[in-house]
Formats: sequence, C-alpha cells, structure tokens
Amino acid sequence: MELPRSSPVHDAAQMSERFKIAVIGAGPGGLSAATHAAELGVSHVLLEQSGAPANTIQRFQKRKHVMAEPGVLPLRSPLVFGPARREEVLAAWTEGLAKHHVNVRYNAKVTNISGARPEFVITLAGGEQILAETVVFAIGLQGNPRQLGIPGEDLPCVQYQLDDPEEYRDEAIIVVGVGDAGLENALGLHGHNRVTLLNTGTEFDRAKEGNRNAVLQAIDAAAMSCYYSSKAVALELANEAEQAQAPYVFIIDIPTGQARLPAHRVIARIGAVAPRKFVESCGIVFPSADPTSLPALSLQYESNVQGLYVIGALGGYPLIKQAMNQGFEVVEYILGHKIEPADHPLFVEKFRRLPLPQNVDAILAFIQQRVPLYRDLNTLMFRELALGSDVHAPQAGSVIFRKNDYSNSFYVIVQGSVEIELGDSDRYRLTLGEGEFFGEISLLSGRRRSGTVYAGAGCVLLESPRREINKLLSSVEAVKRVLDQQFIARAIRAAFAPQASQEDLKPIADRAQLKRYKTDEALFHEGDSADTLHLVRSGSVAISRMLGGREVVTSYLAAGNYVGEMGLMGGTRRSATVKATVPTETVCLDAASFSQLLERNPRLRDAVQATVRKRIAANVEMQSQPQAGDLISFLLRQGLGEATDVLLIDETLCVGCDNCEKACAATHDGTSRLGREAGPTFAHVHVPTSCRHCENPQCMKDCPPDAIRRAPNGEVFIGDNCIGCGNCERNCPYGVIHMETSGSKDDAKKAVKCDMCSGQAGGPACVRACPTGAAIRVSPEKFVEFVSRAARSV
Amino acid sequence: MHESLLAYRRKRFLWIAVALVLICVLAYALQDDAEPHDGGTWLGYTLGGIGAALILWLAALGLRKRSYRSTLGSLQGWVSAHVYLGLALLVIVTLHTGFQFGWNVHTLAYVLMCLVIASGVVGVVLYVRYPRELSANRASLTRAQLTGQLAEIDARSLRVAGRLPPEYRDLAQSARDRTRLGDGVLALLRGADRSQVLLPGAAGGGASIVMNPGQRAVIDFLSERLSRSSDGAQTQALTELMSLAAARRVLLEQLRRDAQLKAWLQIWLYVHVPVTFGLLAALIAHVLSVFLYW
Repeated sequence: MELPRSSPVHDAAQMSERFKIAVIGAGPGGLSAATHAAELGVSHVLLEQSGAPANTIQRFQKRKHVMAEPGVLPLRSPLVFGPARREEVLAAWTEGLAKHHVNVRYNAKVTNISGARPEFVITLAGGEQILAETVVFAIGLQGNPRQLGIPGEDLPCVQYQLDDPEEYRDEAIIVVGVGDAGLENALGLHGHNRVTLLNTGTEFDRAKEGNRNAVLQAIDAAAMSCYYSSKAVALELANEAEQAQAPYVFIIDIPTGQARLPAHRVIARIGAVAPRKFVESCGIVFPSADPTSLPALSLQYESNVQGLYVIGALGGYPLIKQAMNQGFEVVEYILGHKIEPADHPLFVEKFRRLPLPQNVDAILAFIQQRVPLYRDLNTLMFRELALGSDVHAPQAGSVIFRKNDYSNSFYVIVQGSVEIELGDSDRYRLTLGEGEFFGEISLLSGRRRSGTVYAGAGCVLLESPRREINKLLSSVEAVKRVLDQQFIARAIRAAFAPQASQEDLKPIADRAQLKRYKTDEALFHEGDSADTLHLVRSGSVAISRMLGGREVVTSYLAAGNYVGEMGLMGGTRRSATVKATVPTETVCLDAASFSQLLERNPRLRDAVQATVRKRIAANVEMQSQPQAGDLISFLLRQGLGEATDVLLIDETLCVGCDNCEKACAATHDGTSRLGREAGPTFAHVHVPTSCRHCENPQCMKDCPPDAIRRAPNGEVFIGDNCIGCGNCERNCPYGVIHMETSGSKDDAKKAVKCDMCSGQAGGPACVRACPTGAAIRVSPEKFVEFVSRAARSV
Repeated sequence: MHESLLAYRRKRFLWIAVALVLICVLAYALQDDAEPHDGGTWLGYTLGGIGAALILWLAALGLRKRSYRSTLGSLQGWVSAHVYLGLALLVIVTLHTGFQFGWNVHTLAYVLMCLVIASGVVGVVLYVRYPRELSANRASLTRAQLTGQLAEIDARSLRVAGRLPPEYRDLAQSARDRTRLGDGVLALLRGADRSQVLLPGAAGGGASIVMNPGQRAVIDFLSERLSRSSDGAQTQALTELMSLAAARRVLLEQLRRDAQLKAWLQIWLYVHVPVTFGLLAALIAHVLSVFLYW
C-alpha cells in the first residue's frame, strides 16, 4: 500500500491521517527521531502536548549550561548538539526542525493509543484520531502536572509552573499546594503581590524546613494569607461587584463554609502524574511494581507491543545524547536497516585487550551465557549493563579489592577463578569459579569490603558499578532474589560460621528472612520475648532502655553487626529496645537456627558471649553518664547513623579562627566545602555543614551521568562528568552539596562537596589545619567511644 | 579523641621544652666562674644560637599555618610545640643575656621577645578559657540564628506597636535603629552597650535621645506607661511589647558577649604578630652588631 506523504503544514480538515512513524513527545529523543525520519523522507508526525519543542530544556533557567554527557559517546542525529547554553541548544534544534521540514504538531496531547503494527490509532485530546504504522514513545519521565480537577480549571488564569516571579506585580495570586514547589512560588511572589496559600491540611510538613519557616513567618507577619483545611471548589469569572478586585474568583470550601477569593492568577503545584499509567494503558508491560523499574525492550527498543518503540528516559536512558542517538537508531530499525548501535565502538575499545574473540556481539553473548545471574536478562538490558561496566583481565595473584575498602561495585567471573580471603585473626581462603559473583555484600549494605579478593589464573571479570546493578535490581526480580539469597548465606557465614560450606548453611539460610525497617521503626522492644537474632545488613540501629521513665539511647550499631544475641543467649526477654535510625535491612535468624549455628561452631559461643559481656559493660558505662545517651540521640538525628566519616568540632576547643574553612578552600579551587559555623550543636559537640559520606548516599540516588561515586577509602565524591543538574543538592538531607562554578564565572555550575581531600597526602585538610585540635573526623566504629569521652568532658 | 593543644600527644613538647631548659640551666650553672656570664662566651654563643634558631622556627608557624597542603606534622602539633618551646625560649635567652641589660639594641631585642612571649601567654590563656564560654553563651545556636531571632523580635515589636498610638511605633523603631553592637574595638572588648533610644516626652513634651544600655530605658518607659494604662487592649499590647523588649535584651546580651569573646580571641594576635616582626628586625640588628664589633 502506498502511504501518503506527510505535509509540513497540517490540514485541520483532515480527520484522520496515516503515517509510517508517529513520534510522541518532542524532547531530545523525539525530535531526533522525527528529524531523521524527515531527513529520510519517511512519512511521520511528531506530537507534542506543549506549545514548543524540548519542554524540559525550555524550563531550564535562562542561560543555563546544558551538558552533553557521556562525552565518549558519539552523537548520531541530524540535529546539532554539544555542550552549550540552553538558548544555543534550543536555537539549533528549532533551526534543524525547520531545515528538514519536520511535521510537528504542538498542543497535541495524546490520550490513548490502541492497536499494533501496522495500524495504531492515536487519539488526541479533543477526539481527533491519527493512524500510524509504528509509534515511538519519547515522553520522558517528568509526567504531566496534576490538574486542579475543578470546574473552571481551563480558564487562562490557571498555570502549573512559575518561570519568573518578578513578572507579576500587584496581583491577587492563589497558590494551590504546600509542597516545596508551591511554597517556593508563594515566597517568590509575596513581596509584590497579594498571595493566598491553599492548604488542604493544617501543617506544612511536606516541605523543607527552610521553606516552611519562611512561609510561617510570612503568614505570621500578615504578608501572605493561608487557608487551612480548605478545598478548591470552582474557578469562575468575577461577577460585577467583584470585578473591581480581580477578573476571577476562586471558590473554596473552608471549615466555616465557603469563601470567594478574588484572583488574577491561580498557580497549582500539586505534583505530577507519572507517565507510567498511561504507558501501561497502551499495553506496555513493566517487569515489576517498583516505580523505578523500566519496560522490557528489545535491542531495537521495541516494547512487548509490536511496533511500539520506547526511547529516552522512559526506557532507562536519562541523558540527552543517549536519547538523541536512540531517536536516530529507532527510525533506522523501523525501516529495517541493520546498523550498529552508537555504543559499538565503545565496546570494541572495552574488549580490545581481552583474551576473547574480537566480535562485540559474540563477546556479549558469551559473557551473558557464562553468567547464570544474567542469563535471563533481555539482550538490551544486558548490553546496557555491560556498557556501564568494565571488563578486566587481571594478572594472577593481583588484588581486585582489599578488605575494608569502601568500594561497592559488583563482580561476576566470566572466565577463570578468584580467591577470597576472609576472617580476621585466622584467615582462610575460598575459591569462586566461572559464572559466580562477588562484591554483593558491600553493594547491598554500603559497608566496607568484608574480605580481600585475589585474581586466579586466566581470570576475566565484569565489574559493574553500584548504580547499574541497582537499576537492574529494581527491574528484574529474579536477579534481586538470587543476590539476596546469596547475601544471606554469605552474611551468616561471615558472621557466625566462617569455616562452614555454602551447602552446610543452606538450611539455615533458607529459613532466614530479610526484613526492612523504616526510620524509627522498632526491631523489637524491651520486655518482648526474645526469639530472633538480627544481622544488620544496611542502615544502622540505636539501642535504648527505659530509665527513670525516659527512653535513653545507650548504644548504636552500624551495618555488619548483629543484635538480639543477649536475649537468645541469656534470658528469654529483650533487655533493650532496638530501633532503626535510618531505613534499615536486617537478616533475621530464628532461635533454632541460631542454636544450630552454636552447635556447629564451639568457638562461636565464646565469641558471642564475649560480645555480650562487652555490651553489658558498655551499657553500664553509658548509664553512668546520662548525658551520653542524649548526645547519641542528637548525633543520630544529624545523620551519623548512616555516616562513614563525619567532621565534628569540639566547641570547648574551637577558637573560631576558620582555618579549617580556609584550608578547605585553599585545597579545593578556592571554594570551601564546609560551613564551620552553620549546623547544630549539642553538649559542645558541633556538627558543621560537611559531608557525612553516608553508607547509602541519598545524593547518589538520582544522578543522571552517575557522577557520584565512592572511593575505596569511603569518600563519596563527585566526578568531572557532573552535568550540574542539582539533583544531589536537593536529595542531600544534610545540605552539604552546593552548585559552584569551578574557575571563571563563565564555567558551568557543577556540584561540589567534601571529597575527604582525596589525592592529597596527609588526609583531610580541615583537620590538619586546626590549630587547637577542635576539628576531628569520626567513623562509626569510633562513634560510641567518642560519645562516651565527649559526655565525660561536658 | 578531642585533645587540647596543651595536652597534645601526652604533653610531648612540654617534656621536650623542660629537658631543653634543664640542660641550659645546668650548663649555665656549671660554667667556669672565671669567664663573664654573658653572650660572649662559647656557652653564650650556643645559647644565643639556640635562641635565634628557636625564634626563627617559632615565627615560621605563620608560614606553616598557611601551607594548607603541608604534610609536615599537624598544625595542632606545631602550635603545641610553639607554646612550650616559646616558653622555654624565655629561659634560654635570659641565660644568654647573662643578666646584663642596658639601653642598646641587644636589650631592645630581649624586651621585644618578652613582649611577644607575654602576649603569647595571654593568647594561650584565652584559647584555653574562652571557647567553652563562647559555646555556652551561644547555647547551641549559631550567630546567624541569634541575629535571625533578633530580626524576628524587631519585626514583631513593630507589629505590636502598630496597635498602639504612633509614638510607640517610633519608640520600637528607634530602639531598633539605635541599638549598637560592636561600635569600636574598646567597646567590643569591654562588652559595653552604647545603645540609645528616642523616648517620647512626658505629656506633650519633646522627645529626647537617651542612653539605653540593656534596653533599660525602653523597659522603664514601658513599665511606667503600663502602670498607668487602663485600656484593656492597650495594656495587652504594652505587655507584649514589654516581653519582647525583655527578650531583645537577652538576645543582645548574648550577641554582645559573643562578639566580645571573639574579639578577645583575636586581639592578642594584633600584638603578638607585629611585635614578632619587630623582634626579627631587632634580632638581625643584634646579631649583625655582635659580629661586626667582635
């Protein structure tokens, strides 16, 4: 059948058009796909719900520098793209669209897609239908702003974002939503407008403390008004009497009845609707309910629905260049052309020095077949994992990583074997062979390496960074299950039965359970009957007892320790309450398993009894210093429960000379990464604003170029490939990351934070530069000891 | 874990300084009485050499403090050694003089050295005593938080005063505007409060500027008006204004004490460091003149 050619100008009279390719979403991926189709003369349409291309980049701050990571990846697109300012990027793309006569339809919101290749029916808001042979989904992950959902929400005075608060003067503005976005908008506007906040509840507890305080202050000062327990009812044109005040009225329900608020403008900041529901409604299947999981795609980006392709962030590729490349490639694939993916040369380089046959696809298939853990992954997913990973062929006997290193990457053995050395005083070695994996303990717990690994002869390893594996774990349930089982078995062996074989421990490992606790959730309470032992796998716990009618924290245990042994060894009742100080996971052993372990290993009983004795002594010590418990509670609130290395200042020694800050600035391009004076103090212990190097850093969670890494010494650092998006700054609960230009003002802003002076001899400059010994760094192992000493000196 | 600079490494440098002093005193005491006990003997030269070397090394702390990448010991160790060896210097150089003083460049160098050491002793005493007071005075808050609270109280005072006749608004505004914090080095060091306020005159009289240390004048004025107030709403507002003034007074005292302690922690360096440069100059003159006139 001859397909009609698209016309550059859409004819509105035509009720349904038919295209070879319909691209949904004019972001980087969609633009690239549509432009490539136009370039090849393929009939196409690009549907964009907003009024302009590249909506996300449009919303960037003016003159923001847009990065083009990963730098090594070549660009494949008819559109021009490289690191440049927002305006330059947008101008180049607009020019590209015009030059290739791309058939774009703006303000075309897709409400439904049905069918399969070669006949999709795309329904737009307004009912119009478009026919297409194939559909490319390039809608990103941002989702659409949640609508007000009241009569009148279509009136032109409603907006869902605020670009420049300075644009509006002397207006009556109603801000709906009391998250950070809403509060920040209200605060930006209230100086020169009459701002009213609409709060459906009575608190501002979803917002950051700074925003909350500023808004409460503004309300207190009558500089802003707020309706609590209120609900939007309708938006109308003002009646004649009200016209004088403002052109619209916003009608709300309040506890005492209804109120009519004059309004020039309504800004709704009530969150976004994630695109997943819509994507699923088109028939695309996600492998798990986990919100971070990605749809399963073929090597050609095709989803489970034939002819429906997914590219860009929605498919797990959050960077602009990746999405643009995929846009190009997906058009080629749809046309049946065989092209090597853009990452092909990267793989050639990666595999160059390997003792394996020199063919990228063959090597990838070989690795995947060798490793049972990865065997069931779809090929695109595995390719992505491999691209983010490194392949090593270390010399026999060389060290892969050392015990107590802070690295957290994950290894599989493609060929050959490795030897793992475990144990403290009595060391012993285990051999792992082809297809097996190691490194999962540090990966999952965020803790130091528990053993040293040596390469065997002819060994080839695939090393995957934490982020790649985490992406996999959230998408593929099977991989997660296998890793968890292995983790439990190895954790039990490392803690209680170093000499036992994996098979011996299997019955115990099978009975063990993985439990998750939220912050402040109790593992068990004082006085409960004792029936389980917990091995803390990630996070940390605080141990407290009721003393004189008050809960007093007596100790703290980091991941890698066990807790609950006292009840199992001695009595049957818990002698203390144990609570998670941060989100925590434990491996939970029942009493029967534990006594089996004790039988197996006569020395274990002695070891556990020694721990019990030590803990009882520590408890007595802490109880004789009531302020120590308060100090522990204080420090845990400051995030020390998840810290691996934190800067503390003894205020009884600090003379305020700021030499620590000067030293930090002098060793870091003139910008200090620590604020000495800022930050809370308790009992003369001051926690300055400085990175805690958390075990499971929140900053790492959402870094598009994966620039935040952990060095073997524990330091969490930001690499040069930072794109300056600011996600880490927002995600850090302790406010220690800042966006700074490195040298000249023209440079792009990048995230900076304490890097523990990596690469500098002698360790952190702040501590070395303190003339009075007030500044020290403390790691969790020394934490309780430190508290006990500090409490004594108060 | 936290260790003061005096206690650094079990007072390692105290013991080194004590040993050095003992050796020098012993050598001085055992010296042949036939020779004059001054800098001209071999012992005198040795003591002078040790003294000069110590002075140069002690002065080098200023360089080490700014070499942020240096791995030559920790700065705390340097400061600890600086304190103890600086005290030892006083004994060693005094022995070097042989107790012969006069109106010359040699004695000038000695006097300058004594000044540096004395200011240093003051510095050590301040460093040991004041940080704890500084921390206790701020009561776990930062200076920024304290000034933030002050601004908030000022804003609230103005709002409450707005419910009263205009003279109260003027009062609150002038109490805020004429509050002095710092105001010169001496006032800072003494912790003096030179705040003023424009008080409305009694019964139609003209307003006058009066001193307002500790917000006393404002509080007195308000309590006087409060005692005569019969209007319920006015009494309520005056009471609020009064308690705000009291809170203001406490905060200002905290801020003033904070600034005072910080000033003391710094002021001694303004003697210690410049006199050190004078000492170095005098030392060069002393050494040159000794060798030229040998």
